[in-house]
Amino acid sequence: MNIITNNKWIGQRTIRPDGADKVTGRAAFAADTNMPGMIWGKILRSPHPHARIRSIDTSKAEALPGVKAVVTSRDIVDFPVDKSVMLGIQDMRWMCRNVMARDKALFPGHPVAAVAATTEAIAARACELIEVDYEVLPWSIEIDDALTPDAPVLHEFIKFEGKPSNIAGRLEVKKGDIAEGFKQAEVVIERSFTTRPVHQGYIEPHACLISVAPDNKTTIWSSSQGQFMVRAMTAYLTGIPQSDIRAIPAEIGGGFGGKTIVYLEPLATLLAKKSGRPVKMVMTREEVMRATGPTSGSKSTVKIGAKKDGSIVAAQGTFYLQAGALPGSPIRGAVGCSFSPYDIPNVLSVGFDVLSNRSKVAAYRAPGAPIGAYAVECVMDELAEALKMDPLELRLKNAARQGTKAAFGPVFPRIGYVETLQAARAHPHYSAPLGKLQGRGVASGFWFNAGGESSAQVNITEDGNVVVTTGHPDIGGSRAAIANICAELLGIDYRRVSVLIGDTATIGFSNLTGGSRVLFASAMVVTQSTDKIITTLRERAAKIWEIDPEAVKWENGAAHPASPNAGKFEPLTLAELAAKAPQMGGPIGAGVQLNTEGAEGGFGTHICDVEVDPELGIVRVIRYTAVQDVGRAIHPGYVEGQMQGGVAQGIGWALNEEYIYNRDGKVDNPGFLDYRMPVCSDLPMLDTVMVEVPNPKHPQGVKGVGEVPLVPVMAAVANAIHNALGKRFYSLPMSPPRVLEVIEAKA
Amino acid sequence: MTDIRYLAPSTLNEAVSAFAAGGSAARILAGGTDLLVQMRAGSVKPGLIVDIKKIAEMTAIEQTADGGFRIGAAVPGAVLAEHPRFGEVWPGVLEAVNLIGSTQVQGRASAGGNLCNGSPAGDSVPAMVAAGAIVTVQGPNGRRELPVEKVPAGPGRTNLLPGEILVSFTLPTRPPGSGDAYLRMIPRTEMDIAVVGVGVSLTLKGGVCSAARVGLGAVAPTVLLVEAAAKALIGSKLDDAALNAAANACSAACRPIDDKRGTIVYRTKIAGVLLRRTAAIAARRAREN
Ligand SMILES: Cc1cc2nc3c(=O)[nH]c(=O)nc-3n(C[C@H](O)[C@H](O)[C@H](O)COP(=O)(O)OP(=O)(O)OC[C@H]3O[C@@H](n4cnc5c(N)ncnc54)[C@H](O)[C@@H]3O)c2cc1C
Repeated sequence: MNIITNNKWIGQRTIRPDGADKVTGRAAFAADTNMPGMIWGKILRSPHPHARIRSIDTSKAEALPGVKAVVTSRDIVDFPVDKSVMLGIQDMRWMCRNVMARDKALFPGHPVAAVAATTEAIAARACELIEVDYEVLPWSIEIDDALTPDAPVLHEFIKFEGKPSNIAGRLEVKKGDIAEGFKQAEVVIERSFTTRPVHQGYIEPHACLISVAPDNKTTIWSSSQGQFMVRAMTAYLTGIPQSDIRAIPAEIGGGFGGKTIVYLEPLATLLAKKSGRPVKMVMTREEVMRATGPTSGSKSTVKIGAKKDGSIVAAQGTFYLQAGALPGSPIRGAVGCSFSPYDIPNVLSVGFDVLSNRSKVAAYRAPGAPIGAYAVECVMDELAEALKMDPLELRLKNAARQGTKAAFGPVFPRIGYVETLQAARAHPHYSAPLGKLQGRGVASGFWFNAGGESSAQVNITEDGNVVVTTGHPDIGGSRAAIANICAELLGIDYRRVSVLIGDTATIGFSNLTGGSRVLFASAMVVTQSTDKIITTLRERAAKIWEIDPEAVKWENGAAHPASPNAGKFEPLTLAELAAKAPQMGGPIGAGVQLNTEGAEGGFGTHICDVEVDPELGIVRVIRYTAVQDVGRAIHPGYVEGQMQGGVAQGIGWALNEEYIYNRDGKVDNPGFLDYRMPVCSDLPMLDTVMVEVPNPKHPQGVKGVGEVPLVPVMAAVANAIHNALGKRFYSLPMSPPRVLEVIEAKA
Repeated sequence: MTDIRYLAPSTLNEAVSAFAAGGSAARILAGGTDLLVQMRAGSVKPGLIVDIKKIAEMTAIEQTADGGFRIGAAVPGAVLAEHPRFGEVWPGVLEAVNLIGSTQVQGRASAGGNLCNGSPAGDSVPAMVAAGAIVTVQGPNGRRELPVEKVPAGPGRTNLLPGEILVSFTLPTRPPGSGDAYLRMIPRTEMDIAVVGVGVSLTLKGGVCSAARVGLGAVAPTVLLVEAAAKALIGSKLDDAALNAAANACSAACRPIDDKRGTIVYRTKIAGVLLRRTAAIAARRAREN
């Protein structure tokens, strides 16, 4: 292990390398890119929730002056439904049907055709001229409606228990004997919950600019959470080989999981190929809200049984998650994460992937886990109440620790969950007095975190500075954290380290920015690359001094004799060795590519205070403290930023965010005015406590930190409202009309 | 997309004749915080835009000889807030105008635009109704005056005649012992549309309410003047019984719809809650005057 103490740069709040560009407006996002000869692409979208497409006539659109290309599903590579082709967690059978409707339009907003024209206005007009002959079909949106026996089946080829069904998948996690477990229980709480689909709400709408040369060489500028994902999916869906596609990652204006799949790139590529002109596409907010992935709405039932002393003996969860119109809801997160904070001998957790006529879900911060945790952590609160135990005590008594076997499989190594509970209990917030109509709630959460493929190249410049190239788009401040690590290892000022994100042609394969993997994985490859460079530097100093490389140590940015026995030499700095490079064996640099392993899960425990206006049903969060085991805070400012961002999103999910549907099955609030994400004044200062229990499997102790902070929030808010009012809430959002309804409901 | 003509005349007469000549494709532009948003959404496609911000009368705030105020229809919220006297006399109207949008929106948004946009949820409108504002409009047939509550005709519609432009709001003089207030319910703390908005203006004489007006927003196709609520307050000492009666009158006046912004049940109930709270603030202010 290489966990460094007495750090100079690790743990510093250094200025992020991309900061000045972002605050001065110079940073280039995908929509900022333009090319000579560029034309505009627009999408014709289905107005119907469910309709068979009998025919599409594009002739009038094609005849409109200024129109350069039209594409429909015929232009997109078809992946037959009977054979799965996976890219990460995405199945190309569903992706090819999501980017463009094939035989059926499956939700309002589903692309049906795309046009490229010399202006946006002409492209929009051309879309209006496309004639689509729809056979409108019955549809369903809500889980209950999709699961009735006579519900319209979206896909005849999807079968559950032998029959065509809207249940596209089932996942089960099991430990011990659930029936035996409940027999031992003295107190059992069982409750059912619902949550609404919520959108990731990134500020930057999806955008891309794509140029295809006559020889098929394709260049993509786009906003995504993974340029390699963009390359691969575009290759699959257009038939252009990956080696002919160069995907250049733009700065990204937020993703939160929603930019881990493509919507525009395959269409813009085909339009560019057909027209011979670079094609730009930028979604409107309305398109983002109607057609890009929110996370699932859900319906779940959780049952937990304990002995009178508080020890939990059995826990059971059933989670139905909306997939949207094509399979793939995050049941793994709900099923796998929900009970993981606890050491429970008997667990049965089952998830169902439910299809309905809404846009296909995409990943959203700890996909599935917040949905499961909401149900489990609310039941834990009721259990504590029934047992007359402090809710943190109940959690401490049952907390997962080193050696606990999680129901989803692994045995936990040294983890920091207990520390988060202890820190929460000791925090002044937990014992601060509460006023009238105020209440306090707590909740915990777990997320798997991820490792996976990462590549880095570290080069020493001729003037003795450092350029690091990695392959993951930087969403959360990873460039700053990588600079801290590299500066620490080399013993130089962090300002001498420049960190860049390479494109698919200039850096090796790197998996998505997702799963809270980026710093964990890139720190590993950057550390190994930097270690190689230090070895080279020591060898070169040894050569100059004519001593053994083992007799040279690297310290404070220079080579030194390892001990007085090695001889007496003036240190050779990085700059001096860089200057001598041409005579000493050539350029200094190293690249490393790994499939990283050892990403350990993360835990958080949150404390939330609310104040309720019982006449209006308004809930305001008045104090919030998020405690999290962050492994090692390489750059504390950005760790805190992740924690605060997760909490802010969770408060929105808890209180006001939801898709509202009209009678025609269309989203009625496709914009930020009526899709009510919290604004700054809705939130108190979100306090953070970083508990550092270093990951023993990582050179700097890094754990993923980006997703855990969303997991506990909705339950923490719900439990706080209960504490204020004495009423329980079993569905989200806890918006004013619903809160008032519960307050006024007769006991 | 068709071309849009843009005019920014410096006199009202020029504006009226251009606007009238433009017919149904013409739109007045004040702050543009509704109009530009609607154009971007494609719901309004004007052929002519007449910007009224260069017309002195439309952007002026005057205190009239009798102590009332005349506010140009295009005066932005931020400018009204900076007026040395207006907020002291009409704190409720000012807080209503200043609730519109955010700091950025306040730099542009006007009470005239808020009224002419025709939204039943416009924040300044119930406060103006409670204040008893009279509006001056000018059209091809000259000037006329009408009470502010007569302007809205329904969601997105007004009773202005073709070619008519809203020129100004005139607020009456304030007897001593007067106060006004505006409150709205929104699920968030800002950047939201009123689910219900209530404006109350009243005068107290020896602790007894001698005059009152109540404006109620977002609960019917237009902002309402709730005379029954005012009646319940007038003659009372604003005790619980009077406030509850006024609250019930507000709830009874509601003819709301179920929509993405609120349910019928919810809107009807909180109209009364807000009336009680708003009247209490207005009464406190009246006692301080
Ligand atoms: C981010 C944001 C937040 C908002 N928040 C709120 C809010 O909290 N509360 C609220 O009530 N509104 C809100 N609005 C809506 C808008 O800001 C207000 O309605 C504002 O008062 C409109 O004034 P304006 O001067 O910008 O009007 P404009 O957009 O210029 O005009 C609005 C309409 O009135 C017509 N018009 C304007 N002036 C005249 C005139 N003198 N004579 C005849 N017709 C005229 C225009 O043709 C147009 O149809 C918000 C808008 C935005 C963009």
